[in-house]
Amino acid sequence: MLNRIRWARHEETIAGWICALPWILGFLIFTAGPMVISLYISFHEYNVLQPPLYIGFENYIRMFDGGPESELFWKSLYNTVYMTVIGVPLTLLVALLSALLLNVPVKGQALFRTCFYVPSIVPLVANSLLWMWLLNSRYGILNMVLGFFGIKGPAWLASPVWSKPAMILMSAWQCGSPMLIFLAGLQGIPNSLYEAARVDGASGLKQFTHITLPLLTPTIFFNLIMGIINTMQIFVRGYIMTNGGPADSTLFYVLNLYFNAFRYFRMGYASALAWILFIIVLVVTLIQVRFSERWVHYEL
Amino acid sequence: MRRLRSLGIYVLLILVSVVYLFPVVWMVSTSLKTDPQIVRIPPNLIPSPVRWANYGDALRTINFLRAAKNTLYITGMNIIGNILSSSIVAYSFARLRWKGRELLFGIMLSTLMLPFAVTMVPQYLIFRNLGWVNTFKPLWVPAFFGSPFYIFLLRQFMLTLPNSYDDAARIDGCSSFGIYWRIIMPLIKPALTVVAMFTFTTHWNDFLGPLIYLSREELYTFALALQKFQSDYVVNWAQLMAASSVMTLPIIALFFAGQRYFIQGVVMSGIKG
Repeated sequence: MLNRIRWARHEETIAGWICALPWILGFLIFTAGPMVISLYISFHEYNVLQPPLYIGFENYIRMFDGGPESELFWKSLYNTVYMTVIGVPLTLLVALLSALLLNVPVKGQALFRTCFYVPSIVPLVANSLLWMWLLNSRYGILNMVLGFFGIKGPAWLASPVWSKPAMILMSAWQCGSPMLIFLAGLQGIPNSLYEAARVDGASGLKQFTHITLPLLTPTIFFNLIMGIINTMQIFVRGYIMTNGGPADSTLFYVLNLYFNAFRYFRMGYASALAWILFIIVLVVTLIQVRFSERWVHYEL
Repeated sequence: MRRLRSLGIYVLLILVSVVYLFPVVWMVSTSLKTDPQIVRIPPNLIPSPVRWANYGDALRTINFLRAAKNTLYITGMNIIGNILSSSIVAYSFARLRWKGRELLFGIMLSTLMLPFAVTMVPQYLIFRNLGWVNTFKPLWVPAFFGSPFYIFLLRQFMLTLPNSYDDAARIDGCSSFGIYWRIIMPLIKPALTVVAMFTFTTHWNDFLGPLIYLSREELYTFALALQKFQSDYVVNWAQLMAASSVMTLPIIALFFAGQRYFIQGVVMSGIKG
C-alpha cells in the first residue's frame, strides 16, 4: 500500500511536468528566447538582409540625443502618455457610471447590459472604419449633430489637436470590459452593509462614498493597471485611421516601433524601443502597486 | 415616489443604450444607402431606396469568400490548439502536485503583463528564419503551446471542482492523464466554451498578426482585406460600412448565442486581483 502511494506521488510529479510541458516549451520558444534575441539585436544594426553589426548603445542613445529619431520617440511617447493619462481615467469613469446604472435592480437588466456591451464586441478594424465615418468632418453624423445645436465641430481625425480626443471618445464608447468587471465588483458588495447604513440613516450619496467606493477600490485598481498596460500599447487605430498623422499627432509608441521594424527594417532600433517600452510599463506598474497600499482597501 | 424613481432609471437606461447602440445602427444604415443619400444633409436614418448591392460589391472587392476561408482556418486551428494545450497545462497547475509548480505558475502570470511589442520583432525574425513568413503557421502554431490567459482561466475553473473526483479515480488505478481526459475535460466544458469563444473573437478580429506575416493577397484575412480595401480605393463609405457590418455580424451572433459564457469570461479575467 505504502509503495503504491509513493508511486502515485512519483507519477504525479512526472505527469505534472509532462502536462505543463507545452507551456514551458512555448515560454522558452516564444517569450524567453525572443527576449534574449531582442536584447542582443538592440545592440546591433540589423536590417534582416545583412548580418547584425554591433554598435553598442547607439540605438538607445538615438532615442535621447535630440536627432530626428529622438524627436519622433518623444513625440510618440507624448501621444501615448496623453492617451493613457486622459483616456484611461475617462474611460474608467464612463465604465463605472454605466456599471452603477446597470446595478440598479430593475426588470430587463440583462437586456440593458447587452446593449451597453455591444460596442465592445465590434472588431477593431470594423470599428476604426466606422469611427472614421462617424467623425468625418463634412458628412460625419457627429458633426451634423453638433451642427444641429449650433456648434461647428472640429475636423477630428484631420486635426492635430482633435485626433487624440477623437480616439479617446472611441475608447470610452468601447468600455464594456471594465464595465462588466465593475459590475461584478458592485454585485460582490454584501447587501447587509447597505441595510446597516440605511438603519443608521445614511443618505444615498453617503452610502456610495463610504461603502461602494472603498469596497470597489480593488476593482478600480485592477481596471486601472490593465487599462494603462493596454493603452501604452495602442496601435491599430493609429495605423488604420490616421497612419500616425496628422503632423504625427497619432504616432503612438508601438506605431513608431512598427514603422521602424517593418517599414524601414531597422530591427535593432525597434528592439531598443521595445525594451524602453517594457521598462516604462514595468516601472509604471510597480509604482502603482507601491502606491496602491494607500488607497486600495480589501475590507471596510 | 418609488415608481417615479424607477421610471427615471428606465429613461436613463434607454437613453444610454441609444448612445451605445447608435453607431452600430448607423453603420448598418449607411451600408444600405445610395451615394446621394450618403452625402445628404440632414441625413436619414432609414435608407430609402435600400441599396442591397453595396454588400455584393463590397464582398466581391475584398474577395470575401477567400478572406473568410483564411480567417476561419486560422481561427479554427487556434481554437483546437488552445483547447487541447491550455487545458492540459491548466490541469497540471490546478490539480497535480509537483515541485516547481508555484514558481512556474508565477512566471506564467507575469508574462501576462509583458507588452507584445517586446516579442513582436524577435518572433518575426524567428519565423522568418523558419521560412514561415507568408504562411499561416506563425498565426496558429503558438496556440498549441498554450496561452497564459486561457491557462489561467481554465485553472481557476478547475480549482472549483472537488478533489474527491481525482482521488476516487486514482484509487481505481486511473493515471493522471486519464483523470485529465476522462474526468476533468468533460467537467470543464463551460470553461472550454469560454476559451473557444474568446479565441474565435481574438483571431477573427486580429489585425497586427496578419499585417506582419501575410503580404500576399491570396492569404489576406478578413481584417487585413478590409483594411487594404479602405487604403487602396477611393473612400466608398457605403461599401466600407457593408463590409464592416459583415465582419461584425458573426461576432454579434456568437455573443448572443453564448452571452452567459462571454460575460463570465470577461468577469473571471478580473478576479485575479
